[in-house]
Amino acid sequence: MIFEQAANSLIPPAFPDAWQADLLAQLAEAETVLAWAEQDLDLQLCFGKGMLVLTAQRLLTKRAGEAEWQSHLLRDGLRLQQHDHAGVASLELFDAAARIAQWRYTLNHGPAAQHLIERFALQLDSLRSGQPVPEPEHAHCPKCKAELDADAEECPVCTREIHQPPSTWTLLRLWRFAKPYQGQLLLGFLLMLGSTAATLVSPYLTMPLMDEVLIPYQNGASIELSTVGLYLGGMLMAALVSWGLGWAKTYILALVSERISADLRTTTYEHLLQLSLEYFGGKRTGDLMSRIGSESDRISVFLSLHALDFITDVLMLVMTTIILFSINPWLALATLLPLPLIAWLIHLVRDRLRTGFEKIDRVWGEVTSVLADTIPGIRVVKAFAQEQREAARFREANKHNLYINDKLNKVWSLFSPTVSLLTDIGLLVVWAFGIWLIAHHNVTVGTLTAFLAYIGRFYGRLDSMSRIVSVTQKSAAAAKRIFDILDHVSNVPEPTRPVQLKQVSGQIELRDIRFRYGNRAVIKGLGLTIRPGEMVGLVGHSGSGKSTLVNLICRFYDVSEGAILLDGTDIRSLPVADFRRHIGLVLQEPFLFFGTIAENIAYGKPDATREEIIAAARAAHAHEFILRLPLGYDSLVGERGQGLSGGERQRISIARALLIDPRILILDEATSSVDTETEKEIQKALDNLVKGRTTIAIAHRLSTLRQADRLVVMDRGEIVEVGPHDELMAREGAYWRLYQAQARNVDTDPDDAE
Amino acid sequence: MSHTMQFQLSRNSFGRLVLESAEHGRHEGVVPVRAFPVAAPDKGIALVSTDGHEVGWIDELSALNATTRALVEQELASREFMPELLQLVSVSSFATPSTWQVRTDRGPTELILKGEEDIRRIGREGLLVLDSHGVQFLIRDLAQLDRHSRRLLDRFL
Repeated sequence: MIFEQAANSLIPPAFPDAWQADLLAQLAEAETVLAWAEQDLDLQLCFGKGMLVLTAQRLLTKRAGEAEWQSHLLRDGLRLQQHDHAGVASLELFDAAARIAQWRYTLNHGPAAQHLIERFALQLDSLRSGQPVPEPEHAHCPKCKAELDADAEECPVCTREIHQPPSTWTLLRLWRFAKPYQGQLLLGFLLMLGSTAATLVSPYLTMPLMDEVLIPYQNGASIELSTVGLYLGGMLMAALVSWGLGWAKTYILALVSERISADLRTTTYEHLLQLSLEYFGGKRTGDLMSRIGSESDRISVFLSLHALDFITDVLMLVMTTIILFSINPWLALATLLPLPLIAWLIHLVRDRLRTGFEKIDRVWGEVTSVLADTIPGIRVVKAFAQEQREAARFREANKHNLYINDKLNKVWSLFSPTVSLLTDIGLLVVWAFGIWLIAHHNVTVGTLTAFLAYIGRFYGRLDSMSRIVSVTQKSAAAAKRIFDILDHVSNVPEPTRPVQLKQVSGQIELRDIRFRYGNRAVIKGLGLTIRPGEMVGLVGHSGSGKSTLVNLICRFYDVSEGAILLDGTDIRSLPVADFRRHIGLVLQEPFLFFGTIAENIAYGKPDATREEIIAAARAAHAHEFILRLPLGYDSLVGERGQGLSGGERQRISIARALLIDPRILILDEATSSVDTETEKEIQKALDNLVKGRTTIAIAHRLSTLRQADRLVVMDRGEIVEVGPHDELMAREGAYWRLYQAQARNVDTDPDDAE
Repeated sequence: MSHTMQFQLSRNSFGRLVLESAEHGRHEGVVPVRAFPVAAPDKGIALVSTDGHEVGWIDELSALNATTRALVEQELASREFMPELLQLVSVSSFATPSTWQVRTDRGPTELILKGEEDIRRIGREGLLVLDSHGVQFLIRDLAQLDRHSRRLLDRFL
């Protein structure tokens, strides 16, 4: 971007650096670059970089894999068209007679191409009319259509889409949760130092016990009871101190680690609740539950048990080394030299075991997935008499499980004996070298005994120390899975600079919105303005994007491109909870939580008075049937409570929506799961609800949308027709066809069920 | 019994396929769609009109005459985009989102994996990796990948 040439001023500063020099050579004098779009595929759909530039006079392009730039002069009759399929977009240039050129790219270059198409159309218009291109009042972001500040290069709404991977040192990130307890942690560490030091006293005392008492006794001297008492007393004291300190240390650190994991759990759950519906859609419930439940527990066990033991062992190693070297450096060297070798050997075997265990985990997953497939679908299995096949499938998975287990057990059964063999060999080296030192140098039997006592204790810990590698890896994986949730930035993020709306009139504007689910475009360039207080019915076949549109308006998802505005403000700049407070949602399957009816009605406004609750229930035509229940408003519903019919549950959910008195009401197939008689009841309740609110209703039976001010007919993510019922009927278009189809078969219309 | 319908296929100057058949009349802009893109890519191809209705069916690609077959294959080639992952060169991290440098049958590229659930199993050996922009990368047989790639991939499964 640091070209200081005169002509360069005509290339916008945001233009990619890599193409600057190349393009500059192509541009004529004073030729202005208006828009550009990069491509990442060639025409055979292989990866490669290409560029398409729109100037005031022509389209300049250099395709991937081609050496030369090509140019297409702008002229009347040209048109550019973009469409996409399976994650790949295609941009085509046509004139009246034929296709002139084509470009291919993946969807991350889609918005730039869209922007180029729009500028291209404006430029052609101005060529035709001779008028200059009207300057847009504000720059709009090509991706989300948000207004940009004049000097802003990047759109603040779009740039938040960062794909930054979290660090690999995941376990260290637990420090965030450990920090509040640093005082206790320090205390625990000091206690640990003390107790470890105390355990090292008694082997030290074996040295004088041997040299001053036992050996002289063997040589004929008598045993002096006071000396023996002194040494044995010292050993007892050391044991008692180490017991006391060890108890305090374990207790404090266990308390802390339990608290850390509890904080971790709560924080994760709170974060999870903030995430968008899209996140929940892509995850399995069981997986999320295990992450928050058992994985945080695994971390707690790691901290309070494994990490603790490991640190104790390391402390012991350091202290022992110091003691041994202070007694006799040569013997110390001989004792400690085999240690790294043995540790490495143990680690080697463990590593093989670990991959084996991971494989077993995976195979075990296969076994359970057979169960998870079959048991919920047991009716189908029985109906098609496939019990034999399912049993065979399970037997097959089980056999595979056995095979993998057998293979691992060969290594596994070798493991413990190997560890003891290695430690025995280590001790043998110490014995041999010790005897040699006693024979040739001035080393006492007591020193050797002390060394053996120290090192025997130590080699025993090697196995558990080697385990720390795999345990750490496992807990790091657990921590990672938890941080995955914590790091997941909500797709419907809170705005950085929230705008407060004082009074909401309820005007909704959909400005050229697009939404993609995976690589499937569900909403394609949809624009609509809904006036305050207007009732709009959404109509269309299943899969036409009605429910998606409603989810977008509720901001359960965010649009991929374009914007949704409430009273002229982008809903992405409103605080999420504030925005939702203005929306009442009545779903096809009303969900009642476990609790009383009153609590369920007051779900959106927990501080509602009893009068308000009753008023809402009355308006929802729920009051009377609630009174018929034995406990009235205090009847328990939900999981284990009173069984309510579909229509009754629906009216409770309508009361719930009425109670928060929203400006915007969304009815998503609110009446389609009940029979016609109940529907009339609900319809009466809905009429009360709709009054004076901006309402968006999806209904499967077109007859229920009669009172809508306008009907919006959707097909494959686009609006096909808009207008009142009578007008659309008179037009005999898409709506008329839908209506006729329903009139023919009043109650059974499989095509329309969503 | 063969369901292959009698039809003529040609390409117009706009680059669209035009189908003419006695049964369904003339349709501009038909697109071929494979019924089993992974399991049996060359058997069972539907020709679908712009409004989404099936107007032609091909039992087997090899049964077509050379010109028609070439037209169908060209169109398929220009529509299908499921790069086959041949090698994972490197990954930015084992936690997601993770950027992968990969080698595919369509040249080297990079992809962003948003979450582990974007790797899906297809059949026993196959995997489908969905990148953050909706491109699907296919791994036909996990066992065929080299050791390094498998080791990297293993961490995400």
